Amino acid sequence: MRRVSLTVNAVEHEAMVEPRQLLVYFLREQLGLTGTNVGCDTSTCGACTILLNGKSVKSCTVLAVQAEGTEVTTIEALAQDGDLHPLQQAFHETHALQCGYCTPGMIMAALDLITNNEDMDEDEIRTGLEGNLCRCTGYHNIVKAIQQASSEMRSFATK
Amino acid sequence: MRAPTIQKRTEQRGGVGESVQRPDGVPKTKGEFAYSSDLWAENMLWGATTRSPHPRARIVSIDTREALATPRVRTVLTHEDVPGRKSYGMEVPDQPVLAWDDVRYQGEAVALVAADHPEAARRAAGRVKIEYEVLEPLVDPETALADGAPALHPSGNVIRHIRIRHGDQEASAEVVVKGDYQVGMQDQAFLGPESGLAIPDGEGGIDLYVSTQWLHIDLDQLAASLDLPPSKVRITLAGVGGAFGAREDLSIQIHCCLLALETGRPVKMMYGREESFFGHVHRHPARLHYEHGAMRDGRLVYVKARIVLDGGAYASSSTAVCANAACFSCGPYNVPNATIDAYAVYTDNPPCGAMRGFGAVQTCFAYESQMDRLAKALDIDPVELRRLNAMDTGATMITGQEVEGPAPVAELLKRVRNAPLPPDGDAMDIRTLPGGVSNTTHGEGVKRGVGYALGFKNIGYSEGFDDFSTARVRLSVVAGEPQVEVHSAASEVGQGVVTVQMQIARTELGVQQVVVLPADTSIGSSGSSSASRQTWMTGGAVKNACEAVRARLLQRAAQRLGKRHGKLTLDGANIVSAGSGSVASISDIVGDDPIEETKEYHHRKTFPLDPRTGQGNAHVAFAFAAHRAVVDVDLDLGLVRVVEMATAQDVGKALNPQAVEGQIEGGIAQGLGLALMEEIQISQGRILNPSFTDYLIPTILDMPPVRADVLELGDPHAPYGLKGVGEPPTISSTPAIVAALRDATGRPLTRVPVRPDDIVGLDGQSG
Ligand code: FES
Ligand code: FES
Repeated sequence: MRRVSLTVNAVEHEAMVEPRQLLVYFLREQLGLTGTNVGCDTSTCGACTILLNGKSVKSCTVLAVQAEGTEVTTIEALAQDGDLHPLQQAFHETHALQCGYCTPGMIMAALDLITNNEDMDEDEIRTGLEGNLCRCTGYHNIVKAIQQASSEMRSFATK
Repeated sequence: MRAPTIQKRTEQRGGVGESVQRPDGVPKTKGEFAYSSDLWAENMLWGATTRSPHPRARIVSIDTREALATPRVRTVLTHEDVPGRKSYGMEVPDQPVLAWDDVRYQGEAVALVAADHPEAARRAAGRVKIEYEVLEPLVDPETALADGAPALHPSGNVIRHIRIRHGDQEASAEVVVKGDYQVGMQDQAFLGPESGLAIPDGEGGIDLYVSTQWLHIDLDQLAASLDLPPSKVRITLAGVGGAFGAREDLSIQIHCCLLALETGRPVKMMYGREESFFGHVHRHPARLHYEHGAMRDGRLVYVKARIVLDGGAYASSSTAVCANAACFSCGPYNVPNATIDAYAVYTDNPPCGAMRGFGAVQTCFAYESQMDRLAKALDIDPVELRRLNAMDTGATMITGQEVEGPAPVAELLKRVRNAPLPPDGDAMDIRTLPGGVSNTTHGEGVKRGVGYALGFKNIGYSEGFDDFSTARVRLSVVAGEPQVEVHSAASEVGQGVVTVQMQIARTELGVQQVVVLPADTSIGSSGSSSASRQTWMTGGAVKNACEAVRARLLQRAAQRLGKRHGKLTLDGANIVSAGSGSVASISDIVGDDPIEETKEYHHRKTFPLDPRTGQGNAHVAFAFAAHRAVVDVDLDLGLVRVVEMATAQDVGKALNPQAVEGQIEGGIAQGLGLALMEEIQISQGRILNPSFTDYLIPTILDMPPVRADVLELGDPHAPYGLKGVGEPPTISSTPAIVAALRDATGRPLTRVPVRPDDIVGLDGQSG
């Protein structure tokens, strides 16, 4: 067992983990943050996407011990005081989910994408989300949701 | 009586026909929605499964001692520990809960372990010592069908043979085209692998929380194998991460309950992606031989087909898939004479069963490929040939059944034909070219193709099955406001059946506040979320229950208010009479005495197919769709980019247009997957690609824009006239894409998924 300390959703945690424990299972099982899903175990589907120091990563490809000293953000941290994050709101409004299993990962990947890129066209959004699979929606409404959220976030930022 | 609190008639929102937002959208976007994989119970154990590495073998012995001695392991179970029926199955109970004498496919479950930790459970599962006498697997369905083949099951190797003999069996035609086609094994590849949690109640009973498509068929099979009265088995639907047919058969259900009952502790089971590939059935691979005969003017004279579906090791829903393949084998066309033989066959390959489109997918690829081949032989435009033969209302199916509802086949075709074509690709932007940013071409060698296909399928269960759904509706007053509670056992698998139940209750009772309770087995069956039937069937049951509640409400109002108002009706949340206008509100009449009704909905009666001729009114209704695919193909490398999909579909009535659109787009994505990339690769009965690294599903870059034209023609037999929506998008999208590829390449392309090798001509077929 190894000691690891990291900040998850603005809360500091110190825990003993097995060196081979994956970050996603640490989040899900030790911290009870089950919003981050596991779809493939081979870093293909993106259901487990979180932010690690602000960058989107697939948490099934990171060992918990590698997250030592980092800041982790999961889907649970996005809504503030009961208000949905613009991305969450847009996914809900545009019917960008059916079963919803891909949704937390999609939203976290999209968050990184739209925070770091302004004025993306549809192709850029698609290229940015190639690593996140959705089996239900055919992706169209996901693109729409991200476009809607990104323009909302921009207009909010310029206010 | 108090003075009536008449509410102003407000436009009632969120009813049938509106794009109502799904109530689970908020928890799902917040990561708060509890999928079956998220469940947790105090003191719970983890279950794991020991599976056969061999596609075919005889079990000589099973030694569980080492597994049991593994630290933190609580129990190890084998077939001897199954107290009730040792095998299960939806239609034929032929699949062992845990194998005892033979294993018939790679990945068959042989033993179970429960431990304090998932790793410990998995490790111990690997320590169950099973001695096998390995046998040569029988993997070719034609060999399995042949005389003298070793029988894989006591009943032989034919799960079902459907024989259709329609019209003149000697009919002759002026032009004849023949073809052989193949469809690979597709996986449903839902994103959330199988999982669930079983909790023993301490009195011999069990509660199971699981993701499934049909709670009550799980219940029946569980009760039989656990040897418990059904009242001792309670199942609640946990959050479902997609289904597409793969959750119709059991996966963890019996196993998890056996472990929990044995240890007296809650047990959770959760497959990883690799195990998921072995833990559920797949779409039947098919080989199809077709012969079409037509007159010179293009009118079809006959179709002859031999269809062989590889059912794999166990029956699953093969019998029904086989019937569908046969019934819809000629497409939505007027075919006066048909000679069809469809077989579902046992082999030592992975078991196959339900997947979106259910038998109609495989034959649609073949008959639409044949229609293109015929068009070429006749030198007729492929769209014109289809129009010429298109079914319409009143047409006779090859099963002798008359198509009663709307069958706007020619209209759907016309709409996709007339949809504007997408602009040419931009050679300057490599992202828009086949190969994309791999930078494999700058436009050289790239050719565009356009292809069309039509498809159709039954809605609901067929062949005389008395299918039904049950719903309970309760109207009460909460904090002064009327509220409706709806309860059914319908599985929300992502398709939106919870939203639709809310919408129906709003429309029928005029009440804004509607709560849909979790689906469980404390109410009667709702049947399966499959066959594009759930909105029709459970929607029908909710509507029936609402109507019964409304009748009692008005009856009660008439009693309270006396005769002076004449006939009363419900308008929004107000009770009105023709003479006096609003006379009371729902809240006034309901007060603190809620009105509750439980009703079933049964669809109209269907009948079996005649075993000799395959004739009979076997189906409730039919749904039709048309697709046009536009593709760009790199002729040198065999790479493909689907540029656009246009579709037209008659949905009868779109209860929730946004959800309908979602079904169409998602269904097309799965059809595209089958056309271009999705196949479980099998060699000698072994799966070579049980992972998302090697089994590819369409990404966001593979999915083209979709131009969807939704018709609402109203089925006379359905609630609100609705038809199912889920499956048609998957059926004809595949052949449309392949037709477009043929248009671009001139190659025969008789097998899906189409591989780059086939496109560049390495498949050994002449162009
Ligand atoms: S679970 Fe991490 S990418 Fe699929
Ligand atoms: S909504 Fe089901 S996987 Fe995306």
